[in-house]
Amino acid sequence: MSATTLDHPTADDARERSREARRRSLVLLRSLLHPVRRPVWLTVALVVGSQVAAVSGPALVAYGIDHALPALVDGNSTPVLAVAATYLVIAVLGGVLVAATVRASARVSQAILLDLRRRVFRHTQRLSLEFHERYTSGRIISRQTSDLDAVRELLDGGVTTLAAGVLSMVLTAVSLAILDPRSGLVLLVAVVPGVLLSRWFQRRSRAQYRRNRTAAARVIVRFVETMTGIRAVQAFRREPQVQAAYDALSEQYRESSAGSIRLNGWFDSGLVLIGNVTVATVLLVGGLRALEGDLAVGVLAAAVLYARRFFSPLQQMAMFYNSFQSATAALEKVADLLAEEPSVPDPEHPVRLPHARGDVRFDGVTFGYGDGPTVLHRLDLHVPPGQTVALVGATGAGKSTVAKLLTRFYDVRTGAVTIDGVDVRDLDPVDLRRAVVMVTQEAYLFSGSVAANIALGRPGATRGEVEAAARAVGVHDLVASLPDGYDTEVDKRGVRLSAGQRQLVSFARAFLADPALLVLDEATSSLDVPGELLVQEGLGTLLADRTAVVIAHRLSTVMGADRVLVVEGGRVVEDGSPGDLVAAGGRFAALHEDWQRSLDRA
Amino acid sequence: MLRLLTWARPAVPRVLLGGCTALGASMLALAVPQVLRAIVNGPLLTDSSRRGVVLGALLVLGLGVLEAVLVWSRRALILTPGTTVEREMRTSLFRHLLDLPVAFHDRWSGGQLLSRAMSDLGTIRRWMVFGLVMLIVSATTLVVGVVLMIATSWQLGLVYVAGAIPMVWLSFRFRTGYRDVARRARDQAGDLATTVEESVHGIRVLKAFGRGDDALDDFVRQADELRETEIHKARTLSRVSFALGAIPEAVLAVSLAVGVTLTARGEITVGALVAFFATAAVVNQPVERLGALLAMTLDARAATDRYLQVIDTPSTVTDPARPSHLPPPGPHGARLVLDGVRFGHGDEPDVLAGVDLVVEPGETVALVGLTGSGKTTLLQLVPRLFDVTAGRVTVDGVDVRDLTRAELRAAVGVAFEDPILFSTSVRENVLLGVDAAGATDDRLTRALDVARAEFVHDLPDGVETVIGEEGLSLSGGQRQRVSLARAIAVRPRVLLLDDPLSALDVTTEAEVTQRLRAELTGTTTVVVAHRPSTVALADRVAVLEDGRITGVGTHRDLLAHHPHYRFVLTALAATEHEPVDDEVEAAR
Repeated sequence: MSATTLDHPTADDARERSREARRRSLVLLRSLLHPVRRPVWLTVALVVGSQVAAVSGPALVAYGIDHALPALVDGNSTPVLAVAATYLVIAVLGGVLVAATVRASARVSQAILLDLRRRVFRHTQRLSLEFHERYTSGRIISRQTSDLDAVRELLDGGVTTLAAGVLSMVLTAVSLAILDPRSGLVLLVAVVPGVLLSRWFQRRSRAQYRRNRTAAARVIVRFVETMTGIRAVQAFRREPQVQAAYDALSEQYRESSAGSIRLNGWFDSGLVLIGNVTVATVLLVGGLRALEGDLAVGVLAAAVLYARRFFSPLQQMAMFYNSFQSATAALEKVADLLAEEPSVPDPEHPVRLPHARGDVRFDGVTFGYGDGPTVLHRLDLHVPPGQTVALVGATGAGKSTVAKLLTRFYDVRTGAVTIDGVDVRDLDPVDLRRAVVMVTQEAYLFSGSVAANIALGRPGATRGEVEAAARAVGVHDLVASLPDGYDTEVDKRGVRLSAGQRQLVSFARAFLADPALLVLDEATSSLDVPGELLVQEGLGTLLADRTAVVIAHRLSTVMGADRVLVVEGGRVVEDGSPGDLVAAGGRFAALHEDWQRSLDRA
Repeated sequence: MLRLLTWARPAVPRVLLGGCTALGASMLALAVPQVLRAIVNGPLLTDSSRRGVVLGALLVLGLGVLEAVLVWSRRALILTPGTTVEREMRTSLFRHLLDLPVAFHDRWSGGQLLSRAMSDLGTIRRWMVFGLVMLIVSATTLVVGVVLMIATSWQLGLVYVAGAIPMVWLSFRFRTGYRDVARRARDQAGDLATTVEESVHGIRVLKAFGRGDDALDDFVRQADELRETEIHKARTLSRVSFALGAIPEAVLAVSLAVGVTLTARGEITVGALVAFFATAAVVNQPVERLGALLAMTLDARAATDRYLQVIDTPSTVTDPARPSHLPPPGPHGARLVLDGVRFGHGDEPDVLAGVDLVVEPGETVALVGLTGSGKTTLLQLVPRLFDVTAGRVTVDGVDVRDLTRAELRAAVGVAFEDPILFSTSVRENVLLGVDAAGATDDRLTRALDVARAEFVHDLPDGVETVIGEEGLSLSGGQRQRVSLARAIAVRPRVLLLDDPLSALDVTTEAEVTQRLRAELTGTTTVVVAHRPSTVALADRVAVLEDGRITGVGTHRDLLAHHPHYRFVLTALAATEHEPVDDEVEAAR
């Protein structure tokens, strides 16, 4: 069931990949810990302090009984008061240290999480659309939610458990070695199966936790897709099938988590067993030596107690190791995502272009998606500043591809796309986005007010500018009629806008962005006639001194362009003013005729 | 939290048994020192028998092995059923979400639902299998230990109990404070998940405007708020950790002074004093653990509340107790009637304020109105994606609310304005609404043909090609045609098309229109139209204006006599005498 086996045919390959993934996740973990190393050491110091405080309690009790009691019997009450007072101070100090540890470790863990969240978010924003289409949103979401939860679990308890456990074990082992080296030897022998068991657990659990993360991601992908498409699921009565698929994925997820829990159970009880056998062995060996008179009885008792204490933090350490394995599996997935290089990389030496004129050139551009067939064949095109060009052609002819290359959603295979003579691949991304803005058919609105959604076009725009943009595309009256006007929330808790209204809002966005080059990819398809007319009036002023590439199947939009390009099979087959092309009697003329007829028929 | 029993009941016996093994394991751990004492006092110090030492060591070994077995069985007993409970709760939530109407999903963000389904349920499971058991074991150890201490020396026992009073009081105070922060942290995590989801679904817009950095700033601000809440949570927890760490030790300090004094006066023996401190050392461990367990419990409680909040939301669109059935389909199609239909979202003013419309069997009616006038809403009332607020919708004389949703939706096909496709094969997408028995190649090909979606045959794997998420690897026009094919493939009694041709070019649109007209004979159809070319599909046109149908007639009639209709289709409030084509021409 694991996708890993499918992807990597040979076992060697798989091992190599697995090592590589592991290495990457550890590098990531180190780079996350680096900025917070001081607070981490502080936390460790706090843990050490509270451990010392905890250890000193029994010593004080012993002192109290051995010394203060006889002194008191002798009528001297000072020692008992002194020891009690010391104990009291240490108790309070211990409490303070414990409390400080809780705070310090939360601060460390939250700082790391924030860092990691920021990195993943920023990176997914930088990755190209080609990646997003392949990776699916559900998986990106699961990387940023469920995988980070796993990391968080480690961080929350990890540092303190590890520090406390190691400290306690080291102290105990040293004490025992000093007390009785031979018993210390027994302990040392016991470490061997412990290490072997841990190695076994490490190897098995690594694969298991990877399966876990994949299974969790699958559940999330299915969940997100179903909830996004709930209308279609309900309207087409797909509930039983969707439920069955989700149930099956949930069961797979359950099985894999149960698997890791079982594995952890073996590890955990194995450690208990090793510890207890060691205790019995120390007792046996020591007891026999005591009989010979080699060992004092008191030392034997202490050795046995130390042996027990040595192993007692191990269960907690096992829990830590468990969450460590789970978190590294999650980190592997996250590191994989972070290792994805944007297929549209930022230029190394960006060329600034603060005031673009909008002179667009395609020089011998060839393009295809991924390894797919060529979609554009050596396209040459020059759009002088201020010209409005309409692209016309059947669906799949390559019109949208031209738009995506111009906006650098994708990069060309050969040739170059230039703006004002600068290759878009060399252009400073900030200047590119300021110069080129695209409005697409999908008018996605984000949670927040209408004003905030329009202001996406130019952050920091004043309310006046937002309103002016809305007025320009004719959406002002609509917005003003909403319950809270421009402050109306359009998110899930807010009003529902129709597809046409959403498109108007996204037009206002583009208007506000005020780019040198505007790309409209089927941006008016959901508008009704009055809406389109309003937008066109607005566009009339907007496009007046601006380069524009308009993709539209509505000839009502196309006829207003300065120039029409008919695209067919990835090539420009006709090029001219709308009037000339109609007169020339080619493909565009035929389209025009169809359009006329469609109006007549109505 | 008792409500968790609804899902956890089958696991209860095993959880109880597991709790017993956990108790047993701790008792065994306590027994080892007793054996040790016996060995020391017996074979070693008195009769020096090798056999005694070996037997004693074997006993310790036996107890140790038993403890390991008990530890293992606790996990085997509880943890696996724990995952089963988690899965049950997860699939129940999913089932309920599938049942809840679209109105609910419009209100709730995906991230909030997702965080409930994943991280909240994970928290609940961990609490159930670990927190709850440990809480019980710790409490039992505490009670047993205190009883032992009182038995050893009632004075010292009382000192210990006195220390417990401020601890209990502080724990209660902690509870109220922590619960609210825990809930806030979870809600913020849900909002953060929503932001993640939007940033991924809206990636095209963010890219087109180069707003990735602003989105990042917003996200980081939100994540930072969550961080602060979490740190606030830790501060609250640290206060109780301080109390639970310092008070028991402080009590021991006092006990030391009191105990030594009592011993000095001869009121208790040295042995009793030692025994008291030995027991106290055992008891203090669970007390210190109590803080973390309490926090875990409160976290699980917040998670449970959030889960129940969704599970307890009643579905407002439900199947009737005694469902009616549709009469057998007539030869000419079904009759669709909207009778005084009103509809409003929540407290907002009604979108539809009394719609009356009759669509005769086999007829195609175009619904025309301004964007935002409620056309889409009206269509969604027929398959009960929403329910009418007043009035009724009937199909073949049966109120849609008297039918099961399954039967109703089998009879109704919809092509949505946003074509909602899934990341499966083209075949599965098109045959989404067709039962397995009817899912033939013939039906698939036919539907694709009518929708002029033959392009799918040119995809790498033809109709088996898996289309990208939400179909985004296809162009807008291609998606719309697949979605149209999907609605046609159902062969419904009533077909609802929401502006189905908006993304098609004129030539394709004309071809699809022609084929649809032929296909729709005998299918009652309502089509939302924004353009004259889409209106061409219809026999009659109904104008939706201010929440009512203000005119029904043919395109030409309405164009000539209905000013609002003319405005919607031509954007001109022109006089009645201007020729139609010139108006449309002028409209560009």
